[in-house]
Amino acid sequence: MDKKIRVLVAKPGLDGHDRGAKVVARALRDAGFEVIYTGLRQTPEQIAEAALQEDVNVVAMSILSGAHPHLFPKVVNLVREKGMKDVLIIGGGVIPESDIPALKEAGIAEVFTPGTPTGDVVKFINEHVKA
Amino acid sequence: MDIAQELLNGNRLALSRAITAIENEYDDAAEIMKKIYPHTGKAYVLGITGPPGAGKSTLTDKIAHEYRSQGKTVGIIAVDPTSPFTGGAILGDRIRMNSLTLDEGVFIRSMGTRGSLGGLSHKTADAVKAMDAFGKDIIIVETVGVGQSEVDIVKAADTTMVVLIPGMGDDIQAIKAGILEIGDLFTINKADLDGADKLVREINMMLDLDTFMTDWRPPIEKVVANQGEGITELIGRVKQHREYIEGNGELTKRRTKRTRDELMDILNSRIGAYLKKKIVDTGRLDDLVEKLKARETDPYTVADALTSEMLK
Ligand code: B12
Ligand SMILES: Nc1nc2c(ncn2[C@@H]2O[C@H](COP(=O)(O)OP(=O)(O)OP(=O)(O)O)[C@@H](O)[C@H]2O)c(=O)[nH]1
Ligand SMILES: [Mg+2]
Repeated sequence: MDKKIRVLVAKPGLDGHDRGAKVVARALRDAGFEVIYTGLRQTPEQIAEAALQEDVNVVAMSILSGAHPHLFPKVVNLVREKGMKDVLIIGGGVIPESDIPALKEAGIAEVFTPGTPTGDVVKFINEHVKA
Repeated sequence: MDIAQELLNGNRLALSRAITAIENEYDDAAEIMKKIYPHTGKAYVLGITGPPGAGKSTLTDKIAHEYRSQGKTVGIIAVDPTSPFTGGAILGDRIRMNSLTLDEGVFIRSMGTRGSLGGLSHKTADAVKAMDAFGKDIIIVETVGVGQSEVDIVKAADTTMVVLIPGMGDDIQAIKAGILEIGDLFTINKADLDGADKLVREINMMLDLDTFMTDWRPPIEKVVANQGEGITELIGRVKQHREYIEGNGELTKRRTKRTRDELMDILNSRIGAYLKKKIVDTGRLDDLVEKLKARETDPYTVADALTSEMLK
């Protein structure tokens, strides 16, 4: 067997800040994951469908524009509707502490804010992806 | 879920799970292949190869749109390199294909090479079969950006398209030597840049010198992929090539060879696994290596004895 953890790194909405997403994508690659990067300006529908076609273990979204309260939960719902119950969904970017409980309630497993060492993200994925 | 059955029923998640099982060599992969195999052999496989950054993904996107407008369904397998150091990969071909994501007639799957050196992954051929059984009419396989030796695509594709771009300088010489021989057609992308006509002339000269050429002379088509220019003509060339190899029996020949090679590969890996179980896992190999180190015997004598023992 040659199992590899596959991660979709996605930028939902119109937000053009992509440095963080790219930093995270490279760190995940260096940790031995297969990272599918789809670029900027993805709709929640596109993200969910790409997650299905790529059969990823993790959907990792980055938002710095403030649109997370709307977009993150939407992606969670669409991914689950497609029958992908086990997919780990995480988010990061400029996200106020006060928004985090609601996002977790909506199904985002963890939220990583500016300054997070990328090693923490790798560790979280390794601990939470079902083998 | 019965992955194979659901795949045949048109369930997209099942197709996706099947490809994962194939790629990761899950225990159920062989069972899935057995069930879907009778439903394969219908799709036409177009291989797209060329140097890094030539515009293969952009072109794949435009070609897929063109086939969709003809009412055909499309599967895409896009291969990117796996890092030999970390085993990780960034699979970025989808960036150029986002406008296809929500089209239900298209299914795109990214694959890492995972140690394979030929420009594809070892599992690409089986992933193609999964899409074929699912019912895709055309399957496009985009290889990693190749240099000159990564030519596995010819084994997997019915028609192989080589994409080149102007301004590659002397690199073109090295690339030409390796991948020029495999092209059923040549696409000069980025024809908006200087040097496209010069490149066409150079390739024509190479083709003039090719003494092995059959009566199919690979056509050279100039396109500007990111603006969608020349795509209709290009698809026309693919169609011509398809008709040509269907008409003269070459397609049957190519597919027969592929089937043969695939069976041999499976047999070889079965035999390898058997040897590992009988000789490596039992510790016998270590004992034999000790004897060889002491020069008590030689590898050929050992191999003779083992093969006659195993194959009786
Ligand atoms: C650089 C920057 C820009 C650059 C972006 C360049 C680029 N290609 O990315 C430019 C100059 C273009 C820019 C433009 C704008 N920006 Co700006 N920008 C920043 C700045 C200063 C740094 C962002 C950055 O790159 N950080 C470095 C990366 C590595 O860190 P990161 O993204 O935070 O990622 C880390 C973590 O958050 C986490 N992470 C991030 N994503 C993910 C995803 C996952 C899955 C995981 C696990 C972790 C994770 O891991 C990373 C590593 O630790 C921030 C302020 C700040 N301090 O954050 C403002 C900021 C994001 N920008 C802001 C704004 C308003 C804008 C503009 C709208 C300004 C304007 N009026 O024109 C435009 C909009 C651009 C657009 N099209 O969307 C605001 C956003 C306000 C808000 N959220 O309410 C900020 C917060 C500044 C501020 N304090 O007002 N910006
Ligand atoms: N000028 C010009 N640029 C183009 C054209 N087609 C594609 N590009 C650009 O070339 C770059 C590479 O395109 P890709 O489609 O990613 O190339 P690729 O061959 O798939 O690259 P790899 O998969 O990394 O080997 C992108 O920035 C495209 O926008 C074209 O016809 N003209
Ligand atoms: Mg590409």
